[in-house]
Amino acid sequence: MSNAPVDHGRRRFLTIATSVVGGVGAVGAAVPFIASWNPSEKAKQAGAPVTANIGKLEPGQLIRVEWRGKPVWVVNRTPDMLKSLAAVESQLRDPNSEEEQQPAYAKNQHRSKKPEVFVAVGICTHLGCSPTYKMSDFDAHVEGIASGFFCPCHGSTYDMAGRVFSGVPAPKNLMIPPYMFTDDTTLVIGVDEGTA
Amino acid sequence: MFKNFMNWIEYRMPFMEKMNLHVMQYPAPKNFNFWYFFGSLAMLVLVNQIVTGIWLTMNFEPSAERAFASVEYIMRDVDYGWLLRYMHSTGASAFFVVVYLHMFRGMMYGSYQKPRELLWIFGMLIFLVLMAEAFMGYLLPWGQMSFWGAQVIISIFGVIPGIGDDLTLWIRGDYVISGATLNRFFALHVIALPLVLVILVFLHIIALHEVGSNNPDGIDVKVPNEGQKFENNVSEKFTFHEYFTKGGKKIIVDAIPFHPYYTVKDIVGVVGFLIIFCAVIFFAPEGGGFFLEPPNFEPANPMKTPDHIAPVWYFTPFYAILRAVPDQLWGAVAMFAAIILLALLPWLDRCKVRSVRYRSTLHKLNLVNFVISFVVLGVLGVLPATPTYTLIAQIASVFYFGYFIALWFYSKNEKTKPLPVRLS
Repeated sequence: MSNAPVDHGRRRFLTIATSVVGGVGAVGAAVPFIASWNPSEKAKQAGAPVTANIGKLEPGQLIRVEWRGKPVWVVNRTPDMLKSLAAVESQLRDPNSEEEQQPAYAKNQHRSKKPEVFVAVGICTHLGCSPTYKMSDFDAHVEGIASGFFCPCHGSTYDMAGRVFSGVPAPKNLMIPPYMFTDDTTLVIGVDEGTA
Repeated sequence: MFKNFMNWIEYRMPFMEKMNLHVMQYPAPKNFNFWYFFGSLAMLVLVNQIVTGIWLTMNFEPSAERAFASVEYIMRDVDYGWLLRYMHSTGASAFFVVVYLHMFRGMMYGSYQKPRELLWIFGMLIFLVLMAEAFMGYLLPWGQMSFWGAQVIISIFGVIPGIGDDLTLWIRGDYVISGATLNRFFALHVIALPLVLVILVFLHIIALHEVGSNNPDGIDVKVPNEGQKFENNVSEKFTFHEYFTKGGKKIIVDAIPFHPYYTVKDIVGVVGFLIIFCAVIFFAPEGGGFFLEPPNFEPANPMKTPDHIAPVWYFTPFYAILRAVPDQLWGAVAMFAAIILLALLPWLDRCKVRSVRYRSTLHKLNLVNFVISFVVLGVLGVLPATPTYTLIAQIASVFYFGYFIALWFYSKNEKTKPLPVRLS
């Protein structure tokens, strides 16, 4: 044992250096624990496109297609429904779809490729519930408008192009997924001409 | 023989010493009333949840395919499975009943005030972990309400600017709530959070015994020894651990040992509690749709939201605040602020008098305001969001936050009644 006086500066340096290196090790060790919560490869693979046959869709009918575990709606809109799109515009939060909630080809009044075929992810942009399709009794929620979508969770309302009304909790229009038609009756959701 | 064995233990680990310190020779004020049942009842419910929970995991299967069916299997085919599950599901609601009453006791008698701030903070952490525990547990039966309730609550984290979407993806472990979410919630619900909860309860009690229990009068029962005399001091009849008298520097006035006096009293509370608890388990296990909600008897369907979704009753006051704010981000901020303000009570309340008994009429009215707005918000959180209800929820939210704001202003120079010297 040497009787040399304690070098406090050296001791402090060694204490701090040891703590810092130990801290880096702790952060490194946390990485696998945190990263293991990310979606697994299997979950990522499940995001493949899905195909739907829309040949038998009646006017006004809505079908749900599952894509990435989410409900995707396909609605065959009637001429009356398309007419209502212009009528509601003054009551909407984002009538011209300025927010990036759709591919470029759906940035129009009817928010779709074909005016009558409406394709949208049926998940409310507020807190993720699936709104209810009100084919003919929507005027209980918005006066004078026959059809639209109503979210039962927190009362958000959307028009027949999935555009959100103002004064409801939902901040954005419904998400339009990428999609394309391979023929007149076959719809592919999750992929479009740009990415195919 | 037994004495030798105890001595052998004591020499190696101070078991009796710690039992004396925390139980047999712990001085508790002699005037504890009805409101002091709920701490020990919360411990009883915690034990109930842990024991029935362990037994439920023996038959539950945490997968999206099997979870719903395995709960039905427990209910129908496992001997007494229905009882274990109802004890667990009713226990969850009972936990919040006793914890809310326990917290309100603290608010009434100023039990959060100096020097019990840290004790209160540990209590609030327990409350937070309990909410997380209840929320994750509710996903496990994989019914419609499990699925969509979790969808809404996880989406709340999505409103955080910048990282929100990635954060919700990370919490779910998938693009939607899926088996991955169910499995991790199961792991957290049965291992991680119960461990944290038990550790926090331990710290809560250690912190309590360091500063001593408050009481309905809000005055101290350990006073500095200046040679003064206290007539009819019941504490003179008992031996208290020298840790509490600080070697004669403190005199203990009007306190009695926790055991046997309060253990016996708490048993009375336990009997009363169990009568109500068993009545619910045997005669109304679904709690009228408030403990187990009707849509949860349908398996989770990611394609369709139930017509009316509401959280379980114990979340509804905070949920009503979330819904009352028309903006998505600020609604979430208001909801979390409603909880954080409770944790900040020790610093928002600047009055030196603890108990509501000796505080101003204004404070009494404000406390009534808090209770009414909390209950009104709780009722509204169950109801659908119509324009009228939303307006009432907005008003009630203003009154709820008003409690804390008003308290901060008037408590500084509050006109209080003179404090008694001895417990009444």
